[in-house]
Parts: sequence; structure tokens; C-alpha cells
Amino acid sequence: MTFILRRLVFYVVAAWVALTLNFFIPRAMPGNAVEAVMAKFPGVLQPAAYRAIEAMLGVGHAGSLWHQYWAYLVDVAHFNLGTSSSQYPAQVSTLLGETIPWTLTLVGTATIIAFVVGTALGILAGWRYGGALDRVLPGLMFLQAIPYFFFALILLEVFALKFHVFPTGEGYAGGLVPGWHWDFIGSAIYHSLLPALTIVLTSIAGWMLQMRNVMITTLGEDYVVAAQAKGLPSHRVIFTYAARNALLPQLQGFGLALGFVVSGALIMEIVFSYPGIGLLLLGAVSSDDFPLMQAIFLVITFAVLLANLIIDLVIVFADPRARVREVAR
Amino acid sequence: MTVTLPISVDPASLATEDVVPGRWRRMPTKAKVGAVILGFFVVAAIIGPLVTPYDPSYQNPSPALSMAAPSAAHLLGTTQTGEDVLSQLLVGIRLTLELAVIVGVVATALSVIVGVAAAFLGGIWDELLSLVSNVFLVIPSLPLLIILLGYLPQKGQLATIAVLSVLGWPWGARVIRAQTLAIRNRDFISAARETGEKTWRILAFEIVPNEVSLIAASFVNTVLYAIGASVALAFIGLADLNSWSLGTILYWAESQQALQLGAWWWFVPPGLAVALMGTGLVLLNTGIDELGNPRLRDASSASRIAGRWLRPTDPTPVLEEVQQRRTGLAGFLHSFSRSSLLDQSQAGDTL
Amino acid sequence: MSAGSNSGTPGAVPAAGSKPVLDIRDFSVVYRTPSGDVRAVDRVNISLAAGEVVGLAGESGSGKSTLAYGACRLLRAPAFITSGSVRYQGRRLAQGSQAADVLRMTPQELQKLRWREIAIVFQSAMNALNPVLSVRNQLLDVIHAHMKMPRDEARDRAASLLDLVGIPRSRLRSYPHELSGGMRQRVMIAMALAAEPEVVIMDEPTTALDVVVQRDILAQIVELKDRLGFSILFITHDLSLLLELADRIAVMYAGQLMEVGTAGEIHREASHPYTQGLLNSFPSLRGPRRDLAGIPGSPPDLRHPSPGCPFLPRCSYGTDACTRIDMELLPVATSQDSEHVTACPFVLPGTPPPEGFTATDRLDVPDHLRLADEARTTVEPGS
Repeated sequence: MTFILRRLVFYVVAAWVALTLNFFIPRAMPGNAVEAVMAKFPGVLQPAAYRAIEAMLGVGHAGSLWHQYWAYLVDVAHFNLGTSSSQYPAQVSTLLGETIPWTLTLVGTATIIAFVVGTALGILAGWRYGGALDRVLPGLMFLQAIPYFFFALILLEVFALKFHVFPTGEGYAGGLVPGWHWDFIGSAIYHSLLPALTIVLTSIAGWMLQMRNVMITTLGEDYVVAAQAKGLPSHRVIFTYAARNALLPQLQGFGLALGFVVSGALIMEIVFSYPGIGLLLLGAVSSDDFPLMQAIFLVITFAVLLANLIIDLVIVFADPRARVREVAR
Repeated sequence: MTVTLPISVDPASLATEDVVPGRWRRMPTKAKVGAVILGFFVVAAIIGPLVTPYDPSYQNPSPALSMAAPSAAHLLGTTQTGEDVLSQLLVGIRLTLELAVIVGVVATALSVIVGVAAAFLGGIWDELLSLVSNVFLVIPSLPLLIILLGYLPQKGQLATIAVLSVLGWPWGARVIRAQTLAIRNRDFISAARETGEKTWRILAFEIVPNEVSLIAASFVNTVLYAIGASVALAFIGLADLNSWSLGTILYWAESQQALQLGAWWWFVPPGLAVALMGTGLVLLNTGIDELGNPRLRDASSASRIAGRWLRPTDPTPVLEEVQQRRTGLAGFLHSFSRSSLLDQSQAGDTL
Repeated sequence: MSAGSNSGTPGAVPAAGSKPVLDIRDFSVVYRTPSGDVRAVDRVNISLAAGEVVGLAGESGSGKSTLAYGACRLLRAPAFITSGSVRYQGRRLAQGSQAADVLRMTPQELQKLRWREIAIVFQSAMNALNPVLSVRNQLLDVIHAHMKMPRDEARDRAASLLDLVGIPRSRLRSYPHELSGGMRQRVMIAMALAAEPEVVIMDEPTTALDVVVQRDILAQIVELKDRLGFSILFITHDLSLLLELADRIAVMYAGQLMEVGTAGEIHREASHPYTQGLLNSFPSLRGPRRDLAGIPGSPPDLRHPSPGCPFLPRCSYGTDACTRIDMELLPVATSQDSEHVTACPFVLPGTPPPEGFTATDRLDVPDHLRLADEARTTVEPGS
């Protein structure tokens, strides 16, 4: 229990740091941020949009810095993340609300599949190290080093343009109306196959390599040798004695790498014109839509923090030692 | 791309530097291949921009040379505006590698300072520094980088380097702190303290030299992260779009619809360059991993005892039975392999 | 088969009378490292009779653990066995049948042999117990692996095993990290006895514990041995312990046997200089006071073995002739017991080292670290 509480406090602190960074960065940047932004939209931005950005950046706002900070925190608590300047007058939270489900389903599912399959393969590779599975290691390292979006380009080129196995992008076939009916859902799934495949293929290599290394280290532990000495059946030794212990650092690694996986997946979405947060991000960056950019940062950060908390819960469930004292993270 | 987290590097295990053949010889093949790949790119980075066939920014007005496929005149084809892709690639390799190495040096230096300080100062400083490291580790770096760069008036090399270094040290700091803590309690440090050596001298001459493997691994990882992050940032437009880093080339390729228009030569070479550099770094890291973790090293070398693949849970092999199998065709073929030399080594002789 | 004869393998030391339960002959283990092959165990012969306690003594790196684990084929790469046989004939096997050679067994046969016939109590119980399984589950694992019995019977057995070693049954639910060091070691012992083995190999079972707990556990071990009748191969660097505990003692150095004899013989008539050095490393409770000396120097680098006796650089009696001996185990001339053997053909019990000479002369020891002459000792009979 103590462990979970301590982790919770840690995540609250991390969330607070993220919020505070989000608040202070625009105010700390060299040069007048607002003017720089405004300078890019001569005559394009409506006065209302101008005021939206001003409000977000706290320029010309009455009250001290602390006042603004507090107001900002209250806003965030109410999910009021400001108004988009590029898609004025749309509320940022609305825009996010439309795109989060797409990204969540795609990236969430693909990442979990990649982790589970990669870890399973890693257990096998660690158990049989030196065997056939080890020969694919260099290839896996290559896969792991490929940026997600580049791999997406390649897969699109081969499977969508050359051989028309998959659609070339978008979230669903044009002309369909989103809703809970099979036509739409089927099309959505079909369109998400290639993006999901991209995520799975590139990240699986990482999980497998990591698990293999952890397994090899764990197999050298005394209790595994002892388990062999006890004449226990092989599957028991691999799974209950070796893998179950190796899974703990593997899960910790998963938590740490989650930030990178999500970020990479977002950028990959751009290649597919997938209607997720990625496209939103691209638009925000190219049009200097700061409210949107900052909101995306907050949403992603909170999602990753939440996922890490869940992973911590799983670790506590799996490791009896963690229930008693802090596992050094 | 996901960053390799070498969890296998056990901070508590120190490589004992007794009479063993030099580090280079001891590195597994994988690492040497990685070093060779990287070497190739380093050479390309150094001489590349000097031997470009064209000025990478030169826009050939001829419509026939817009998005032209590879030919004798343009080995890697041209872009939408008639620029030579090969020239851009050569310049891009240097820019990207340069940036990544500088970030690697700065961030690794920071992580060594923070890690060693946290471990050595202990107490409240350790708690504070660890908390900061862990917070920045868990907060996803790319979105934060986007905001930081987004607000900066200039998004050129210098800005990118600064921003990447600021977020690149926490991982290394954590690992180095753990290792320093383990070393700090070792006898030879106590001995040094007893004889009155100044703290900074102990740090510089006793502790840091023992962590060289870890620092090297940290450096390689940071360079990997810097390449990935800078390319990703440039791809979404957060870079000096007039320069030719590998990421900006990809940005222009994507925004000009190179994929849809079938101009694979525009985006494949830069992406491949990134992937290969990354692979080289990952391979190198494996070598450093195995140097630091004896179990991994045993795993890769020992499985080749007398040419047989051994699982870790196989019973200890008995040499005679292994030698018996080398008969007939199998034995004949085996005699060509290097491992057959091992069979005739000292151990076999003295049976 | 008597010691010293030229028939059969040299230096074979069978237990008096009955056929040995475990008979290790001419056993060698090599580690293949990047910097060369290391002979961790060199042509060692050891045997164990039913109900006997054989002690294996030596410093770290002497090869004693390697010998034990190697005999069970538990060593990992880069170790491999280069010669010898390990014959096991437990009382469960049919009378008069051939003893099985562990080194020639298939993995399936090995699995049946392990734990049911030969069990091991590991040195560090904290590391040898699975951190994520409860004590009960680990005991059940072992029981189910080797004995066919219904679930509730197995549970009962697990509980009674804890009774055997004096641990409260409530501890069945505990995890290893929740137990004290002494308790963990007892759990290890209970686990080792779960399948009623014939031979129990104990690898420094009490080294990591404080002396009070050590005493308790050793007493427990002896009591269990008397009750259940298994043999023990007790590995330790603490020779003093073996003098009380073991029936016979084998002293190992640099992967080779230096001296083998009954505990009484070793105590009274230690012959090999190394054994004498070990005995002089700890004070006895009774007898006249003496200066203590350790054994100067450190164990040799097994990658580059020198010819002859490996103990030569640290031996007070050594001469050039020592580089030409072949380390055969020969009976000690002054001993009544013909099975008391030593690898040193020159030194007899009670022989004082040559005048004015210390082993440190042979080492490059800086002056301020040399032992003063008074620090040298001789073995005093009856001490």
C-alpha cells in the first residue's frame, strides 16, 4: 500500500511539473511570443482569435502571475484548455475530444499487442539463447532503429500503393458517416490495420530484445540454477522461476518507454492522415496554434502518467516485495 | 523509434580490469559491425559535404528534372524543385550526426555530473536530484520538445541542440547514480578517503574511470535519442526548414507528396540513413552491454563451445560426448568452421 | 582398490567397507574463458558412503563448489567436464545393479536423479529461493515434481517439512524476503529433504549466518542426518567446523586434492603443508597459546598453471623438487590409517619448516609486510 501511495504522490508531482512548465514556457521564452505569433498572421487573425491567444499567454491580463497561474490551474481542472487559434472559434477540448478516441484505440491496442508478443518472443529467445532465434537479432535491431513514420512510408509504398492490400490513409472510407454501425466500424478497422501493423512491427523488436536480455540475466540467478537442481519440469523453470521475475524489470522498462512509443506513434499518424491527435498536432505546429499545442502536451503527458500508474499497480500485484518496501525505480 | 533501455547493464557489477585482452578484441562481432557502420557514416559526415555533385539548394528549373527518378546525372534522383537528393543526403548526414554527437556530449556530461553528485552528496540533494530525474523521465519528451521549440523564435541547429540536451540527461543520470552508489561503498574508495584524498580527486580518478563502460553506453544511447528526436521534430516542421538535415529532407518529401507521387528516391535514402545509423548505434550498445554484463557475454560466447548450441538450462556438457559427434559428414563440414579449432585447443590436448 | 596402488585410477579413496553411494572419479572441469582455459577441477576422486559426512575444505576459488555442482551437471557455460565419472548408487536402486554414471545420463534421467537422489542446500538462501513464490508453493513444486501424491497429502507433507526444521507452520504463507536469514536457511534444508534424497550436498550452508544461528542449524543438520539416514557432502572454507562435523575430510587447493583422511587424522596428524596452514589459521579453545599465522600469498592464476604442486609459492617447505611431482595421493607414512593420503611426498606431520626460511621469501613481498620470524609456527601435537 505504501508503495502505491508513494507512486501516486510521485505522479501528482510530475503532473504538477508538467502543468507548471506548460504555464511558464510561453512566458519565459526569449522575444515577445505573442508578437512573434501575431507577426505571422497579418490581417488573418480576427481580433477575437488574437484575444484568445492573449488570454492563453496571459498577456495584458490583469492580476499577478500567481493569480494567472491559479486561474490556469482551475481552468485545466475544468477541462477548459482554451480556444484554438488555427481553427477559431473551436474549443481545444472539443478538438481533442474528437481525435483522442482514434489515437487511443489505435495506439493503445497496437502497443499492448506489440508488448505482449514481443515479451513472449523475448522469453523464448532468452531461454534458447544461441539458437535459431538469435540469428534474427541484427535484423530486429535494424527494425528497432527505424523511425515509426519512415517505416510507415515504406509500408504504405509497398502495401497500399504497389499492392493494393490496404487503404492509403484516412481513418475510414470517405462518404461514410461515423456512428455505431458495422459499415463504419468495419471500415475504421480496415483503415487502422496498416498503422497498427507499423507500430507493432517496429516496437516489437525493442520489447523482444529487452526481454531477451533480462531473461538471460535472470537465468543466471541462483534461484533458477536451484530450480534446475530441484529437477523441476522445464516449463515451470522458464515461466514461474525465470520469466515471472524477468517480467518485473520488463514492465518498468515498458513504463519508461511508453512516452517514446506514444510520441512516435503520433507522428506516424501524420503519414497515414489518420484522424487522431497526430494530424491535429501537425496542424497546430504549422500554424503556431499554441493553445492546441500546449493542450496536446498536457493530454499526452497525463495519459502516459496514468498508464505508468497502472503499470505500477500491475507490478505491485506481481511482486510481493513491492508491497512491503519501495522498489528502486 | 523506441530507445533501447539497456536494463541488462547491472550497475553493481564492475568490470574487473585484470590481465585480459584489450577491450576492442573482447567485443562481440555485433558491436564491431556496428562500429564499422558508424565509421562509414562518420566518414560520410566529414567528407560528404565536400564532394556533393551539386549544391543541395540549387533548384534546377528544368521541368524534366523535377521529381526525376535516379539517373546517371542524379544518382538519387531529384526533388520537386529539381534539387539533387544525393547532395542533400550527404549534407544531411553531417548535420544530423553533428547535432546528435554534440547533444550526446553535452547531455552525457550533464548526466555524469548529476548522477555522481546525487550519489556522492546523498541525503536531501540525492532525493531532490533523483526526483527531478524521474519526473523528466516519465514526462514524454517529444511533446515537451515540441512546445519548447515551438516557442523559440529560431528553430535552427543551436536551438535544437539546446532543447535536446536539456531533456536528454535524466536517463543517464539515473544509471550513473546507481553505479556510483555501488562503487562508493567499495573498499578502495574508503581506503582513498582514509588516506585523505580530496573528494574531487576521488571522483575524478577513482570513480569515473570505473564507470567508463556505463558512460559510453549512456553516450551511445543519447546520440540515438538525439537522432530520433531531431528527425521527428524536423519531420513535423520544427526545424530550420532551409537547412538540409535528414529530418528536413523528409519533411519536404512528405509535404510535397513524394509518396503519393511515387518519388521513393526522395524519402527512402534519408530514412534509410537514419535507420542504419540507429542500427549501428544499437549494435555498438550491445557490445558495451555485454562488456558490462558478464552473463550476456557468456551467453554469446559460451554457446559456441565445441561448436554446439547450448541452452542455459542444458546439463553441463561432457567433452567426450561432444567430440564423438564429429564423425562423418557432420564432422567433415565442421572441420571448416572456426569452432573446430576450439576443439583442438589446450583442453582437448590434455585429456 | 586401495589407495596408492597402481591398479585402477591413482589415489582412489573408497569408504571403508560398503560400496559408495556417490563415487566421483578422475573428475575434471574446465572453464573456457576469452583469456584461456581454466582447469577449475583437476582429476579429483571423492566418494561418499551411506550415512557418511564428508567435508570438502578449501579457500574461495579452490574448486570445491565447482566440483559439487559439476558432479550434478549444474554448471553453466563456459564450463564443461573434460574427464571422469560420477557413479551414483543409491539404496533405492535395485541391489547389485550397475551404478549409473551421471555424466552419461540423458536429461530425463538427470531430472529423475536430481533432488530425489541428490539434493543441494545452496549457500545463499536469499538468492536461491524464488522471490515471487511463497514458501508453500516452492515446497509443493518440489514435492509434485518427484512424488506422486494427491494435493492435500502434498500440503501436509509441506507442513511437516517445516516442522522437521523447526519453523512454525504459519510461515508457509510467507515470501522469502519476509523470513530471517536463519529461517531461510532452514527452509532451504527442508526443501532439500522434501523428496527424501540419499545424498545432500551442502554448499557453505551457514557461512552467511551469525555463529549462534550457525550452531543451531548445524545441530539440526546432524540430527536430521541421524534420523533420516542420508549422506552429506559438506563444502566449506571453515576447516574447524569440519573437524567436529565430518567423518572424513578432503582438502582442496587450486582444483586438486591435497589431503584426504578422517577428521581425527586430519586434526591430529595433518600432513600436507596447506592443511597445516589451514589448521593454524584458527585458534583452538584449549591447549597452549600460540601465535597465529595465516597463509601468505593468494591462490594461483589457474589460467597459467605451473608444473608440479600449485601450493609451492606459498609453502614454507617448498623446494625445486616440488615442481617435478605429479600430485598423486600417497598414504601418510606415520599414520595408522592407510586411507589417510596426502599429495605432498616430502612433508610429514610435525616436520618443522627449514630453518630461517619463510614462504614469503619466495614471494615479492615488500619488507614492511613480511611476517616476523616469530610469527611462523609449527604444529604442536595434541593441541
